[in-house]
Amino acid sequence: MSEGVVGTTATPLAAGRAGGLVRRQWPWLATLAFALVVPWFFFDWTTGRHSGFVVAMLSQIGIMIIFSLSYNMLMGQAGLLSFGHAVLLGLGGYVTAHVVTASKAGGLPLPLEITPLVGGLGGLFFAILLGYFATKQRATAFAMITLGIGELVTACALMFQTFFGGEGGVSTNRMTGHSLFGLSYSGSIQVYYLIVGWTAISIVLMLLLTRTPLGRMANACRDNFERAQFVGYDPRLVRFFQFALSGFFAGIAGALYTLTYEIVTYDTVSAPMSANALLMTYIGGVGAFAGPVIGAVLIVLLQSWVSLLSNSWLVYAGVLFILMVTFAPGGIAGLVQMHGPIWRAGRLGRLAGPYLRLLPPALLVMLGFVLVIELCSFLTIGAAQGKSLTVGHVTIDPRGTVPWIAAALLLGAGGLWLRAAMRGFAAAWSAVTDEIKAAGARV
Amino acid sequence: MTAPALRLTDVQKSFGPTAVIMGLSLDVTAGSRHAIIGPNGAGKTTLFNLVSGRFPLSAGHIELHGRRIDGLPPHEITRRGLSRSFQVTSIFSRMSVFENVRCGLLWSRGYRYSFWHLLGRERALNEAAERLLADVNLEARRDLPAGLLSYAEQRALEIGITIAGGADTVLLDEPTAGMSRSEADHAVALIRRITAGKTLVMVEHDMSVVFDLADVVTVLVYGQVIASGPPAEIRANRAVQDAYLGAPVEGALA
Repeated sequence: MSEGVVGTTATPLAAGRAGGLVRRQWPWLATLAFALVVPWFFFDWTTGRHSGFVVAMLSQIGIMIIFSLSYNMLMGQAGLLSFGHAVLLGLGGYVTAHVVTASKAGGLPLPLEITPLVGGLGGLFFAILLGYFATKQRATAFAMITLGIGELVTACALMFQTFFGGEGGVSTNRMTGHSLFGLSYSGSIQVYYLIVGWTAISIVLMLLLTRTPLGRMANACRDNFERAQFVGYDPRLVRFFQFALSGFFAGIAGALYTLTYEIVTYDTVSAPMSANALLMTYIGGVGAFAGPVIGAVLIVLLQSWVSLLSNSWLVYAGVLFILMVTFAPGGIAGLVQMHGPIWRAGRLGRLAGPYLRLLPPALLVMLGFVLVIELCSFLTIGAAQGKSLTVGHVTIDPRGTVPWIAAALLLGAGGLWLRAAMRGFAAAWSAVTDEIKAAGARV
Repeated sequence: MTAPALRLTDVQKSFGPTAVIMGLSLDVTAGSRHAIIGPNGAGKTTLFNLVSGRFPLSAGHIELHGRRIDGLPPHEITRRGLSRSFQVTSIFSRMSVFENVRCGLLWSRGYRYSFWHLLGRERALNEAAERLLADVNLEARRDLPAGLLSYAEQRALEIGITIAGGADTVLLDEPTAGMSRSEADHAVALIRRITAGKTLVMVEHDMSVVFDLADVVTVLVYGQVIASGPPAEIRANRAVQDAYLGAPVEGALA
């Protein structure tokens, strides 16, 4: 970037800034560009229609990205483990449903593009209300309070019919006829682009928040809440403000949920939805800002694709979660970050061989595991549903002994092979990192 | 005459049935360097915890520049200009050294709980943080996570965070504990430099540091002050020698 041109005209300066932005933030910009074009890869040109499945999945990814990033404002950034984050998503969704319906009935020209802000304010309101109690405590006590709040609100959702609509939930119609861009939002693709827009806005805002005094003090309270007191901050208020802002973004996600499905039910405030936030955030990685984005994409893909193939997708998600917590507590983002120094030292190629040698035994173990799970599943649920287990054109009988022996062999032999391969990999890894350390010491 | 920087009046503290501080009264003159010494278990660190608001008092009261501070939470006391360090290093270990120091500056510079200032753009704040980093000789470690610093460096960072907020009364709890001779000398020079013009109260076991740095020495035994005065006077005090300094240390004191 040439500094000499600065001051001659405004344009080179602006261009320089834009150039710097592209250079620094290209992964985000590339992701945004990809999000904008990806529905068209699945566009059916003969019928002139978008793939409903793909658009629904992509919409859900966008919503879950906002949701899990807002969750990480608590978990990763403030060290607050919440078991009730869905409450803020769901309540934002309910508020949106009521406001959209009311504005239509009352003739209020509320553009649909603005309604996520309404959901955000709803989430903010309830986060202030509930956060007042939850943030009185930290650590385990905080987790317990959020668990209680989650159960409380779920119970309320079934009891108070006027606001929550009971088990049937609250439905609304997103085609209010008011749009800033003259869109009808009749098709889900239009809603998808609305979600992309709000996801981009939310990501930028949440990223900027990490760079503010509040964001930094949230990190400080996470690392050492007592020390934070002795630099003049009240950790309780830090937690409270962080919780409130997190609720704002969860509310935006809830509003987009309402606009997508045109119905909000008590599922949105319930424990499984909260667990989903935890799962996505942890698998993606709590230590990096982008971690929850990765987690949201991965989990929604798993949910959508694997659930098409198998009844047991929750088992696989659960096993993935346990494996990550055990072997990669930094999540996928943490695994990527571990390779950073090796990549910068130009030695990543040295790991290609060891990684390739891990692949076959890992695949065998995975295959064996999947076979066991599917055999169990087809022995019970599958049989009840009258389905049969088919791989390609071969039908496997879960009552036969051969498939079980095959599964046991795959698991056993693959497991032994994997252990040996992992030892080799660990040796290769430490050789490379030692080399880098030695090189660093020489410099 | 102006009020002392710190005045403790008949302060008492018990943990359950165990009395740790028993009717302690003490004045710390503004601008002085005041050392508190005493054998293990004398209540020195407890005293710091009471003054800084970490523990509530059982009885008595504490004034900072003539205003009561006992009963206030730690962050309120810190905002009134009293800052402390910890005996066991207490830093933000996953954040960079620079971020640690900057967090120490935030409140005193009026940022409060702002979520609308971007820290990267706050030039005056960042320059102050860099200056402070230079003051504690940690510029070379600027971007390292604080948890990866060496022990002596962590102690220096601890002092940096403690003085960052511009407090005029600074409590240092064993700033040189666990350091080698040369590291301790370095730390003493650092403390002398950065507490110039401030009121310093420190707990210290290293007698050479105490007699090198302090204007006033207070000797605490079993939660009570047994002597308080200029270093020379304390050194000559027979009761102090009997109760605490004892024969083995006499050589070092001579």
